[in-house]
This record gives sequence, C-alpha cells and structure tokens, in this order.
Amino acid sequence: MKKCYINGLGNISAQNTFETDFLEDATVNNSDNVLYAKQPSYKELIPPAASRRMAKGVKMGIAASTKALAEANVTIPDAIITGTGMGCVEDSEKFLKGILDNKEQFLTPTSFIQSTHNTVGAQIALGLQCKGNNFTYVNGAVSLETALLDAKIQVETEEENTILVGGIDETAQHTLDLFKLVSFIKKEEDAPYSVLNSTSKGVVFSEGTTFFTIENTKKESSYASIEAMKIHNSLSVNEVGDFISNFLEDNNCEVNSIDAVVFGNNGDVQYDSYYDVSNSLFKNTAQVYYKHLSGEYNTASGFGLWCAAKIIKNQVIPSILKMNSVEPSKLETILIYNQYQGRDHSLILIKKC
Amino acid sequence: MAKRIAITGMGIISSIGKTVEENYNALIHQKTGISIIENIETIHKDVIKVGEIKLTNHELEQLLNLPKDNNYSRTAMLGAYAVQKAVEDASISNINEFKTGLISATSVGGMDMTEKFYYEYFEDEACQKYISAHDAGDATHKMAEYIGLKGIVTTVSTACSSAANAIMIGSRLIQSGQLDRVIVGGTDALAKFTINGFKTLMILSDTYNTPFDNERKGLNLGEAAAFLVLESEEVVKKQNKKVLAYVSGYGNANDAFHQTASSENGDGAYLAMQKALKMSSLSTNDIDYINAHGTATPNNDLSEGRAIVRVFENQVPEFSSTKPYTGHTLAAAAAIEAVYSVLALQNNVIFPNLNFKNQMDEFNITPQTTLKEKEINHVLSNSFGFGGNCSTVIFSKN
Amino acid sequence: MEALKAELKGKIVEVLNLEDISVDEINDNDPLFGDGLGLDSIDALELIVLLDKDYGIKLTDPKEGKTIFESIETMAAYITANRTK
Repeated sequence: MKKCYINGLGNISAQNTFETDFLEDATVNNSDNVLYAKQPSYKELIPPAASRRMAKGVKMGIAASTKALAEANVTIPDAIITGTGMGCVEDSEKFLKGILDNKEQFLTPTSFIQSTHNTVGAQIALGLQCKGNNFTYVNGAVSLETALLDAKIQVETEEENTILVGGIDETAQHTLDLFKLVSFIKKEEDAPYSVLNSTSKGVVFSEGTTFFTIENTKKESSYASIEAMKIHNSLSVNEVGDFISNFLEDNNCEVNSIDAVVFGNNGDVQYDSYYDVSNSLFKNTAQVYYKHLSGEYNTASGFGLWCAAKIIKNQVIPSILKMNSVEPSKLETILIYNQYQGRDHSLILIKKC
Repeated sequence: MAKRIAITGMGIISSIGKTVEENYNALIHQKTGISIIENIETIHKDVIKVGEIKLTNHELEQLLNLPKDNNYSRTAMLGAYAVQKAVEDASISNINEFKTGLISATSVGGMDMTEKFYYEYFEDEACQKYISAHDAGDATHKMAEYIGLKGIVTTVSTACSSAANAIMIGSRLIQSGQLDRVIVGGTDALAKFTINGFKTLMILSDTYNTPFDNERKGLNLGEAAAFLVLESEEVVKKQNKKVLAYVSGYGNANDAFHQTASSENGDGAYLAMQKALKMSSLSTNDIDYINAHGTATPNNDLSEGRAIVRVFENQVPEFSSTKPYTGHTLAAAAAIEAVYSVLALQNNVIFPNLNFKNQMDEFNITPQTTLKEKEINHVLSNSFGFGGNCSTVIFSKN
Repeated sequence: MEALKAELKGKIVEVLNLEDISVDEINDNDPLFGDGLGLDSIDALELIVLLDKDYGIKLTDPKEGKTIFESIETMAAYITANRTK
C-alpha cells in the first residue's frame, strides 16, 4: 500500500489566505455574524465566456484548485473529488425565486444548470479537460472528509495516483436569512462573538473553499501524509472520548504522540461541549482552533486541515491559532477533530513526511 | 476486481410499485407507471407526464409511522422506506453488528419542502422545522436514524449518475476494509424545482417517453428510492447469507464537454463502460444485457448509442431503457435500475424498451422491444448525469 | 428595425451576462454562435425565453433557434415578422 500525501494547497476564505502564505494578515472579526470570503481577481484565471455563468462557489473552486495543482506541479489530475454541504446555493436561490415570483413562467435554464451540486467539480474538469473519475459528496460537515477518504483509498491502492480534492461552500442571502430565523446563525445582540467560552447559540457563518492535491508520491511540495481518517454520523458528548481513543488505538497511535490537536469549536454553546476532550484527553496537548478566523460552514474543516498542513510544513503554530498555552516539543503528528450540531464527526490524522 | 461485492438485499419504491415484487410484475407485464401529475400543483400539469408515486406525503408519514412533528422531506421519506425494505430483505436483525455504512444519493434533497415554504418560513413558525431538512445530507441522516445505523453515513450528488457512484464508493469502502457492509442507493422526489428546470432545457416530453426512437421528444421525470445491501464475501460466508448477485465492476469518467449536453461521440460514456469492463475482467461478449440510461432526450440517446456501438462494435447485446416504465428518477435512477439489473439476472429475462417505433437514423441498433427470456450472467447498467458525469456498473450472477 | 436591433444587442449583453462585451462591439451580421460571439446551446435557450417574455413569440422546438439566432439581423427580422407584444 502506498502512502497518501498532501502535495498542494489552495485556500480562499474570510481571511486573505489566497495571496499570503500562512495567516500573516489574519484578523479576528468578532462583530459580524456572517463573514464573506475575500475573493481574488478571477480575470486571469477564468475566461469570460465561462465565468459569466459562474456563481461565487464555482469561481472560488476554480481559483483554489488551480493554486493547489500548480503547487504540486500537476497539469491534469487523474480524478477530481469535491465536497459541499449546501451546494450551489446562489443559483438554487435564483432559480427557485424565479419559479415562485414568476409563477413558473419565463424561466431561464442557466441558474438551474449551475445549481446541481457537482457543478464545481464539473467546471474544473471542463476547464482542465480532465476525463477521469469525478465525484461530489454532499453530506453536511463530512462532505469534504468523504472526498478526502475516497481519494486516500484510491491513491493508497493505486487505483489512481493524483487526485484533486476540494471542499466548497458559498453563502446566499435567502439561506442566510433562514438560518438566522432558526438560530443557526448568532443573533446580532449576542455580539461581540467568541468561538471559545461562548454563551450564545448559533455560529458566525461564512463561506470558502480549500483544495488539496492528493498523491501517492512524496514531492518537494509535500506538506504531510494523511495517515488515517474516520467519519461517524452521530455521537453523544460522552462518546467522543472513546471515539477518539479507539481511532488512535486502531492506528497504533497514543494520545501523547499527538503533538497538536485541531478542534472545530465554532462558538455554538449547544454543541461546543463536544470539544470538552480538550480538558481531559488532550489536557496536555497543544491545541489549535481556527473557526474564529474562517467562520463556520459545512466544509470549514478544510480550513482546519489547511492550518494543520501549514503548521507541519512551517514547524510553528501561529499565536492566532493557539487555543491553549501548551508548547509542543515537536510538530510531527497532528489530529483534527470536527463535528457540526452533534452530527458528522470526523477525525483526520496527519504526519510530517 | 480484488474482493467481490455481494448484494444481499434490495428495497425499492417507484411509480411501478412499493416492493421489489410489484416492480418486477409491472416490468414483465409491461405496465407503465407514467401518468399525469397529481401531488404537485404546477402550470405544466397538462403538458408533461411523470412517473409519480401515488402516495401523498401524509400517506408516506403514516406508512413510516412518523411522529406528527417530524421534519422528513418527501425525498427522505421515500429513502427511509426503501432503506428499511432493503435491510429487511437482507435479513439484518442487528444493523450495527458489523462495520456498516449508508451511502445515499440525491439531487433534490429537501427542496420539495423548501419550495413549498420558501417565503412562508418568515410568516409561519410551524413550517420552520423544514429549514434544516433542505440539504442533501439531512435526508441521509434521517434514513440512518430510521434504521438505527451508527457509522459511516454520507451522500453522493452528481445528478443522474449519483446512485451508481454511491454503489462505487460503497464497494470501495468494503474493498479497503473500512466497512464490512454498506447500504447504497438513491432517492429523489418530484419537485417544482426539477420540473421547471428540465422544462427550461426543453427536454421534457408531453407524452410517453420513447428511448432510442428517432422521433423521441424528451424525458418524463419520475420519483423513486431504491437501496441495495452490499456485503463483503467474508461477512456473507460468516452469516451464511443468500447472495442475490454481485457487483463485479464499475467505472466513472467525465465527458468534460459541456455542463449539460453530452459529447456527440459519447466520450465519457465510452470511457466509463471501458473502465467497468476492465475492472470486471469481462469482455464485451460476456455482457448479456445493457440497461441503458436511455432518457429519450435527443442528446443522451444519440451519444449513449454511439458510445455503445464504439464499445461493443458489431456485437451489441440486447439493450433497453426502463425509463418508459418509471420515468427518469434522477439521483435514484441508477439505484432502481440496479434493482432491475439484479432482477434480470435472477429471472433470466430482458425487460422491453416500451414505446419504441422508429430506429434512429444515426445507427443500425434497436433496443429490445419485447420481454425476452435469455440466460443472463452479466448486466451492464449506464447512468449519465449533468456535468458530464458518466457511470457504468456491471452486475453478475456469480 | 434599427431601434429593435439596438434593443436586442443591449438585451443579449444583459441576459447572457456578457460582462466584457459592449453593445457597439456587436455587428448586425456577426454570427452569434460558434466563432462570432461564441454563444452556446444554453444561450440559445435563454434567447428563446427572451423571445417569449419580451416579444410574445413561443418556440416549441429548440432547433428552430438555429436559423433565427444566426445574427442580430436575422433575429430582428424574425421578431418584426412574428411579434405579438
């Protein structure tokens, strides 16, 4: 069995992560309950004939994937696997609004066509003329993880050698309004917001995309190897400890060999207790958090994995990411744990390579 | 193929039946499920035909014994029903006994509810429970909850090839040892969103769909859900389970031609079929029946037909599309057609391509138009979706 | 007819979101599809809706669009002959 390497990265988020290396410009915004991604200029990356139909998510996906492939020195990957929690919301809203407002008359096809969940993957394939395997997973907070797991299995068994994997989620107004209605998004009166020790319901919502070039050969550009992954549909808070311990045991890893653990705390008082293992199992481990920078969206764990990969490459945890004051003696093995509203739990174990 | 993937159970609900048996009877008695839409109010009512399941949402809630305050979308209800039936068919008493997963597929997700309450949400608190039911993954979570499954639960959404891709990732998870068994399939309910969407593409027929016919006018949308239980050979042996058929090969490829239209020579379809044949180590001669994607759109049938001829050359086996029975059930299509492929293997029968009259100008192959008894050992099933997503799965008797 | 042609150019740029093209760049006889403006089958469907919504012309067969949408000139001529709005 071959190993699975992260050889290229591309990240567009509420921080300036596309143009900088590793959060040099990062700032915490604790007054807005929705953070919008910082969009790069797309003119050079996407021909106007194609971009005229593209919503935010597709453009972000193309830009981030282009960066990830370039870094790994790959022209055309063998396969493209994407994950998205909510899909192409902008175009879905546009088409639905058209149906309802115009009573099903004078509707035009473009937004319908662009609303299918696999549009990002399809448009990337079209642009690259990549005829390989092309999957899209849409399952809340494990959408990206499923894509990564699928890619990991394929490169380890050499079913394919180079796979482009990405997570994308975009915001759209009506959906944001609905989420605010049911308190998925924090209320204005609960500002300023904090992702740690929060006392309010809901999250600071956001959007973004992270792409990874996954390969079974080590390269100069390699960040880390993905050693193991696990996803699980639902757990109670007191099952998390065992979930993580069993995973580590299955992969011949002990808690004290984890140099840093990345948690997906998002400031939702109803669910952040899932990360209480930070006070027990991982009390003495360097802890990292990131959703105060990225905001929350179904594929935000991509930002977390991006951080973990960069931490290993740069051999430093930027202070803006530090969740506790434990200083790691080395930075070789990192565990990432995420969940959303008690569902879609995922564990990713990466190692320096 | 490294480890063979055994199919030990099936569950299905479509416009031609609520059970595998009902579906089979309709197929062999040539009883179509295409009709005029009743459950949805749409201005297009009289100019389209659909493969509608004649059960209201309320009736589905009752069938599933759901509590009054549930927030299942129609898609989730159809899915829960079919998943339960598949689990029963596979004689599974303890769903978590082995490492078990659920991989569903959908394109509509909870959109059938969202489109009902889109503006009402702001006026009426009672319907707000459906806001969290919109995304594709929620339907799958509900299905997992319904059967009490804890483990890998995820969803594929690649338009009309979705369920075939669910079968593929499910198989891959078994082969890699991540899972011992997995329930795979898809579900999609009819919705104004998709009806209007396909209408804007001008590929909906106002009459019964006629796949591979020279005068074909387009597709009939349908709704359905179907799931298969896949198990590794070791687990099958351990439990001494009856095997219905095997997944012996699969392939997915991207046409990379256009967002909705397929390339004229069916490159994506050709590659997918070749990949599946290679994985199964079968030659084209070994395929006894092709269950085609055959949506009856001018574009699909031309490019699929061309691709079939490219792969099989002058030895094209009998082929038919079963969409004249069920309509095009989008993300569920490959799942119900997987069930039909297994039925073909079990009963040594090829289902007719209904409504066919005129051979297409572009080639000299015609679909099988009558029910035919033939020894069937291997069936090749095609499903092609928007975004150039082309999938082929091969099912085998042994 | 001149006014209609100008109107059509504006509508096409708007409806098809041709951000980088200005109305003056579109000549009456330039091919709209393929090499000229580079429109495709989805744009054709959009134009069919435009014909219906703004000019009351209903096309039932998308293939009819091939000749009608050849150029601004052919579009304007067809609309002038068949409009009900």
